[in-house]
Amino acid sequence: MSNVYWEHFEHKADIGVRGFGNTLAEAFEQAAVAMTAVVTDISLVQATTTISIACIDEDKDALLYDWLNALIYEMATRKMLFCKFEVSIDHDRLEATVYGEAIDIERHQPCVEIKGATYTELAVYKEEQHWVAQCVIDV
Amino acid sequence: MNINNLQRISNAEWKIDAHAGMHVPAIIYASEELMLSMDDKVYEQVTNVARLPGIVKASYAMPDAHWGYGFPIGGVAAFDADQGGVISAGGVGFDISCGVRTLHTGLSIEDVMASQKQLADVLYQHIPAGLGSTGNIHLNSKQMKEMLNGGALWAINNGYGERKDLERIEEHGRMQGADPAQVSQFAQKRQQNEMGTLGSGNHYLEVQKVVEIYHAETARAFGIQQGDVKISIHCGSRGLGHQIGTEFLKQMVVSAKDYAIKLPDRELACAPIHSKLGQRYLGAMRAGINCALANREIITHLTREAVHRLFPDARLDLLYDVSHNTCKLEQHDIDGEMKQLYVHRKGATRAFGPGHPELPPELRDAGQPVLIGGTMGTASYILAGTEQSMGLAYGSACHGAGRNMSRRQAVRQWHGGQVIQQLADRGIIIRSPSKRGVAEEAPGAYKDVNAVVTSAEDAGLARMVAKLEPLICIKG
Repeated sequence: MSNVYWEHFEHKADIGVRGFGNTLAEAFEQAAVAMTAVVTDISLVQATTTISIACIDEDKDALLYDWLNALIYEMATRKMLFCKFEVSIDHDRLEATVYGEAIDIERHQPCVEIKGATYTELAVYKEEQHWVAQCVIDV
Repeated sequence: MNINNLQRISNAEWKIDAHAGMHVPAIIYASEELMLSMDDKVYEQVTNVARLPGIVKASYAMPDAHWGYGFPIGGVAAFDADQGGVISAGGVGFDISCGVRTLHTGLSIEDVMASQKQLADVLYQHIPAGLGSTGNIHLNSKQMKEMLNGGALWAINNGYGERKDLERIEEHGRMQGADPAQVSQFAQKRQQNEMGTLGSGNHYLEVQKVVEIYHAETARAFGIQQGDVKISIHCGSRGLGHQIGTEFLKQMVVSAKDYAIKLPDRELACAPIHSKLGQRYLGAMRAGINCALANREIITHLTREAVHRLFPDARLDLLYDVSHNTCKLEQHDIDGEMKQLYVHRKGATRAFGPGHPELPPELRDAGQPVLIGGTMGTASYILAGTEQSMGLAYGSACHGAGRNMSRRQAVRQWHGGQVIQQLADRGIIIRSPSKRGVAEEAPGAYKDVNAVVTSAEDAGLARMVAKLEPLICIKG
């Protein structure tokens, strides 16, 4: 089984996102895929536009919090959905190119608007050979 | 929840004595049945709140409590600023001043049922709902600042809403002490095209019929009769509130050690009220409250326009507007001494009792209307604050049904189309941009709202006044 994948986990009121990867950056990319999947079927989103995102924090948990919240901000202000994420992380610095398109309500059937990534179940860690990045998303 | 470690005080009140670093006890108001189905996380969170500095009397949880962010959803706690008391971004929540308002319509059920589909369509077309929707109002930075200072009053001054609505809104529609300068450019940008939008998730606009009156005298004072049609709106401070919550939560996590605050859970991040960060958050959060009040006032205006297209003579007077994610400075009697306290209500409704000076004169004898939202398939309730409630949890009551099942479980169990059809068979029309959104919000995913309000009444938090059932639900 590949080490690069994502999943959702249970929270009574909201939903958790968890990304797995061979590297820290891959786990962050997968957590972002999981977040889009909270809103819509990610296969419906086309990579027609790219934007850049950068965050800095020496604490890995806080870096994930900032990364996901930066995406939420871009989704909200640009009215976009994202489907593909290229992340690089160098010490405390994250740089990303993100691909997606404008929300099409008919086609994407977005089911919920994300309010924010939270500190609940927020964790970034290495487990044997792969990285895990997770938190609960307030919707 | 395992109730063996709790002391039962009455039918609907349970106490956890202060232990392991708790400054005060924790109190949960709920029936035994609700207690048994309540998340264990509520126990953990309500006791964690009791460990925060400066907390007064007790940490409370309402009958609809469930797992929240630091505070349980349905949590109430008050802090004394002069005793090192704190203010917590998690204790207010991401959707600052999310709340419910209910409008009279003067229409009969027959009027509405004769054009139920048209009314559903005109409301759905007229009120932006769901992800990706934008309003027709676009604010520049000067207007944004005025809105953040002015709340519902700003909306009315700009042609959205009626002046007499103001006395039926907490804080008379305008939260004092807002400081727009503390609201970041990011938060303002997130809001510039979102005024007058409903949002998504559990937010809705519902046309409802009054099916039962429990307390005739209070119902009369509120203007509610059996067979009335009312419209209820549930939404909050939209992107602006979410962004304020996100930014201050992190700042409070990072700075907790500077203030020597030991956090039992990072989500409980807070700052002393008497600190720079505490004051900055207070100013931003109050601006967020004004944003929510302005937003509900604009949606009310849009609702009036939509209803008037079909019923030109309908009068949509505001019954009341409550907020259920706030921190407010209030005066409370603590063992015979009047104290100024910062009361956090996270997923809890203010429920001031009869005679409270905050209430408008015509409602003062009856107590504050407490508006409890149900789900799109179950009843909503109108309650009233009681004299007793002021001495329980600072004049607070429950806020809704509370989820009983995660969104994931709900989607596995139901399809949106099937939920819409089942409700249609019962005479309820749903309009929503997303079928999956409907499945996630399926009525079966929530607790029995009847059990929640019955517990609130049993505990003395509020008195049941009327029951309303949905006819039309616009879901974001």
